[in-house]
Amino acid sequence: MFAMPRKDFLLFLGFTIVVLAMPIWLQPFGAAYPDLLNRFAIYGLFALGFNILFGLTGYLSFGHAAFFGIGSYAAVWSFKLFTMDALPAIILAVVISGLFALAIGYVSLRRSGIYFSILTLAFAQMSYNLAYSVLTPITNGETGLQLNLNDPRYIDRMFSTAGAGLPSPTLLGMPLSGFAGFYFCAGLLIIAFFIAQRITGSPFGMMLRGIKSNQTRMNYTGFNTRPYTLAAFVISGMYAGLAGAMLAIIDPLAGAERMQWTASGEVVLMTILGGAGTLVGPVIGAWIIKYFENIFSAINENILARFWDFLPDGADHAAVVVSSKFVGEGWFLTLGLVFVLIVVFLPGGIMEGVRRIANRLDRSKKSPDTPPKASAQTQPAE
Amino acid sequence: MFDVIFLQFLNGLDKGGAYALIALGLTLVFGTLGVVNFAHGALFMLGAFCAVLFRQLLTLETVTTDPTKLSPWGAPLEVRAPLVQAWFGDFGAVLVNYSVPFSILLTIPVMLVIGIGLERGIIKHFYKRPHAEQILVTFGLAIVVQEVIKAFFGPNPIPQPMPEDLRGAADIGAWLGMQANVITYPIWRLVYFLFAAVIIGGVFAFLQFTTFGMVVRAGMADRETVGLLGINIDRRFTIMFGLAAVVAGMAGAMYTPLLPPNYHLGMDFLVLSFVVVVVGGMGSLPGAVAAGFLLGILQSFASMTQIKAIVPGIDQIIIYLVAVIVLLVRPRGLLGRRGVMEA
Repeated sequence: MFAMPRKDFLLFLGFTIVVLAMPIWLQPFGAAYPDLLNRFAIYGLFALGFNILFGLTGYLSFGHAAFFGIGSYAAVWSFKLFTMDALPAIILAVVISGLFALAIGYVSLRRSGIYFSILTLAFAQMSYNLAYSVLTPITNGETGLQLNLNDPRYIDRMFSTAGAGLPSPTLLGMPLSGFAGFYFCAGLLIIAFFIAQRITGSPFGMMLRGIKSNQTRMNYTGFNTRPYTLAAFVISGMYAGLAGAMLAIIDPLAGAERMQWTASGEVVLMTILGGAGTLVGPVIGAWIIKYFENIFSAINENILARFWDFLPDGADHAAVVVSSKFVGEGWFLTLGLVFVLIVVFLPGGIMEGVRRIANRLDRSKKSPDTPPKASAQTQPAE
Repeated sequence: MFDVIFLQFLNGLDKGGAYALIALGLTLVFGTLGVVNFAHGALFMLGAFCAVLFRQLLTLETVTTDPTKLSPWGAPLEVRAPLVQAWFGDFGAVLVNYSVPFSILLTIPVMLVIGIGLERGIIKHFYKRPHAEQILVTFGLAIVVQEVIKAFFGPNPIPQPMPEDLRGAADIGAWLGMQANVITYPIWRLVYFLFAAVIIGGVFAFLQFTTFGMVVRAGMADRETVGLLGINIDRRFTIMFGLAAVVAGMAGAMYTPLLPPNYHLGMDFLVLSFVVVVVGGMGSLPGAVAAGFLLGILQSFASMTQIKAIVPGIDQIIIYLVAVIVLLVRPRGLLGRRGVMEA
């Protein structure tokens, strides 16, 4: 089972260590508290799954938040109906979001390119609108689905009576609060990374990349590409559902706004920022976005005033006024600008930047004459 | 029964008009430059905020205290008078009253500059890149525009009053010789529909009957050949991008009395208008217009209580449902040409 190339094994080992040691090495950045770490793990996993579809096959889905939301709803329903244990919630969420992905993918994958993007967007918006309006008995509409004192919770009731307050999710009896919750999420992220790595390296992954570089040729060679893209779609939908379930386990409620298309856009941003098509890129992109979302939204004018203090009077005031537009409430502006710059100048994302720097260092160390490595040109499926 | 159907038909017209105008601009940009512009909704929103800005400028006030009169709690009464009224008298009052239609005078140059700047600054570099990257960069631009607007105008919707004379409802039934007060329709919606019709007609006439339009149409058919004939087609296409921005901006400015603009107005309309373009057929101008009105009217029918009783929630999803069906049955859209983005 672990017969993987040495390089892959080292990458996996490195990733595992980095993730597990997050509470330590994020200390100096002021990000080592469970709430943020959980989101790192959850959105890292979401982006990792999105990358299996977008990064490998080139199909740009604008509706992945739908699966994320469905996963959340399924997990909360499992808490309400069956038990507060996390495992059934996760299994239920993955299965249900996989089923939805199968249905939506089956229809959407009949088209490619921009039509595919529009179709996924249309399905996601339909789910969002329905969750807000007609499906209120299932989704609890605008309030969002929450735990309730009167929930049946059949399996838990068989073993014990209901406690006084609202119970919180557990894993085989252990509470999942604080760092225990983080290590639970981190474990899932590492498993998900392992699976994604195996998929990328497998013949199936090669096939998906073949679809990205030239689908027509794949067809002419005699491959029916539809089952492969559908499999990729379902897998990434299941990843999204798992991420949604994890978010519901950390904080047992689910709302329709998780399915809105801005949420789908966010995971696209993460993947592109980190580098679509690479394994660690999307995860890094998710971490960066979530980190800066947290840090930037917390900055206020007082902090800015202290930061710009070294400037002469007047100039520091102007600097505060200008920079205050980019932080706090306006941090999304920074994100948009960074994103535009990345797409314009560094379409491969942060990972391409890293590769370019590494190449340059490599070249200057060895001989200046070696031609630069031709970077893999990526084309979306048209 | 007929009057109910007719009323719903009318109700769909104004929204359909807005969809059609945005979709028209989107299609113009796609047809000329081959760019999938996710920032087009943001341009619609910018137009709406031009109207807001125009009104805010017009209603800059002088505050004077009138010592002869007292307010109910005893302080001197504050008299607020818009500067425009102080300078121009009655004409100023009319100007403030009709601020929304007049704001088009501000919208056109602003949107033209923004559109051309956008095209020359960023979108120019993306002609040769894949559609996915065009979507991504314009999506990023849309976020930036949206956040800039939020930084300046705040997160809350800003209602715009419509001109007083156009506030009531028109008794369209009586005009058509039917019973009075059965089919009444807000006048401003009627104005919006007429406005949309005029703009759409204007754009088509411009493309059909002017030399400039002829060259642009030739360029849409075969850009390279037109370029080889010594015509600077790039510059004309840039101007067409500016024109599309102006159309979206005017549509937004005139829509403000119907829907108070806020910073995510653009995103809300963008998703819908993309669906409209796809249903009409990528690259087909008549298709965009027809699909805009069609979907607007369908949406209005789906919101009828009778229909909602049969299919609950249909009003929320009808547009997307139509899009899914059209894309699966007829991928090039209702009026799309064979071979254009047919995949």
